[in-house]
Amino acid sequence: MNKMQKALHELAEMDELAARSSPIHSLHPAAKLIATIAYILVTLSFDKYDLSGLVPMLLWPILLFQISGVELRSCFYKLRIVLPLVMAVGLFNPFFDKEIVLRIGPAAVSGGVVSMLTLMLKGLYCLMASFLLMATTPIDNLCAALRQLHVPKMLVTLLLLTYRYVGVMTGELAIMTEAYHLRAPGQKGIHISAWGSFLGQLLLRSMDRAQELYASMLLRGYHQHFHYADIKPFRRRDALYLIGCVLVFALLRYGKIAQLLGSAIVR
Amino acid sequence: MIEFQNVSFAYEKGRPVLRDLSFRIERGEAVGLIGANGAGKSTVMKLLLGLLQGEGKILVDGLEVKRETLGEVRRKLGFVLQNSDNQMFMPTVYEDMIFAPLNYMLSREEADARVDAVLARLGLEDLKYRYNHKISGGEKRMAAIATILAMEPEAVLMDEPTSALDPFNRRLVINTIRELLQTKLITSHDLDMILDTCGRVILLSGGRIAADGPAQTILRDRVLLEANRMELPLSLMGRE
Ligand SMILES: Nc1ncnc2c1ncn2[C@@H]1O[C@H](COP(=O)(O)OP(=O)(O)O)[C@@H](O)[C@H]1O
Ligand SMILES: [Mg+2]
Repeated sequence: MNKMQKALHELAEMDELAARSSPIHSLHPAAKLIATIAYILVTLSFDKYDLSGLVPMLLWPILLFQISGVELRSCFYKLRIVLPLVMAVGLFNPFFDKEIVLRIGPAAVSGGVVSMLTLMLKGLYCLMASFLLMATTPIDNLCAALRQLHVPKMLVTLLLLTYRYVGVMTGELAIMTEAYHLRAPGQKGIHISAWGSFLGQLLLRSMDRAQELYASMLLRGYHQHFHYADIKPFRRRDALYLIGCVLVFALLRYGKIAQLLGSAIVR
Repeated sequence: MIEFQNVSFAYEKGRPVLRDLSFRIERGEAVGLIGANGAGKSTVMKLLLGLLQGEGKILVDGLEVKRETLGEVRRKLGFVLQNSDNQMFMPTVYEDMIFAPLNYMLSREEADARVDAVLARLGLEDLKYRYNHKISGGEKRMAAIATILAMEPEAVLMDEPTSALDPFNRRLVINTIRELLQTKLITSHDLDMILDTCGRVILLSGGRIAADGPAQTILRDRVLLEANRMELPLSLMGRE
């Protein structure tokens, strides 16, 4: 198996994760979706120097990993390609923002370093939260939930197809890299001179396949309704979960948890 | 059941793929659509399913294939794609099989019963909860056929159903096709398979029908087949 095929395999395994059962898996997808969006919004709302406020936000994803039984390890492993990209966003901050904002003993920490760290954490948290949602909710159920929340049909279908398209594209990519390496043995990666035609081919081929896949859905009666998704009514525990999440987020955001913890330790 | 009346089609202007095609398939007939690569076999299927629009008239069970009738037409036709990877898009075989029945508003109990009946009939009970990305090519082809049968279509269309299968799985697919009672339209250049499964053959060449008649006659006609870039079925070679 080459690297790409492996990545594809792992992607398909998201479905397997999502098909497991746990108290989190059995929650209503809409409750999970709203909680995830709320978490992401709260995370992004922290000030760029508020590192100490941001750290405790880790609590929520860690808790979810625990309860859902999804391994933290599998999250980092599956996201190993995207994670560095997202976290690299703040990498240049230390060069632009050199004002000293913090002293730890003899070391002076500049604003740039702090804001780089907060940006990294924000990226990490958002990815973890999205991963948790996908790992505990089958895509079709998620789409059904979106429809229940009156998100337009077109958008929901687009989301569903994007999810499937990514799979198709990685599949084509696997086949093409394999074909390439058979003819260019010993070469690491794909030579830059071949990138243009390679990408063009990839797009065309995966578009063809994606089109056929969509046709296959249409031919079997897909009409942008998700009544085939196995979705249960919104129950009290879903509401409780949602309220619980919102309370926790509010506490983490405005409760000055860090200070409380800090003063508790000092005392 | 299926009728083409003077159907023409071109993907690009000036390069017609099908020219003035007319034929009729009766209910319960099994027809093999043969022709060299690029003869337009898949295109005929796509026109029939309303995935492409051409000139002329196509009728399915008396209904003209057009925008307003697509839902009804497609419900009557089960299409097994050439590439099963594109056919199966849900995580498991079961979820794929139940997709169409639920879309057609069957209750989950009815749909489940259908799925189980089809799996039992094809002897595929073991496949039910398997993940689509973890089954072999042969199993996937059989699962794709099962998925289509769970729709209970009136006619089954298959595009190269034995392509890329090993001899064992090929035989399995052929036996399955033979047992289907529906109207069948099957494209292939596996002429042995066509001989095994179809009573009638339509030969496409240059966008026209080069021959239409009993499989036993057309598939024995070495001159006709070779003129159209095909070979006699192996089982008939040396027995002319
Ligand atoms: N999407 C397309 N765009 C342009 N030309 C196409 C397309 N699909 C098929 N063709 C052309 O139409 C002809 C018939 O194709 P097809 O029906 O797939 O043949 P067959 O299934 O008999 O091998 C071929 O010459 C092919 O190159
Ligand atoms: Mg074809």
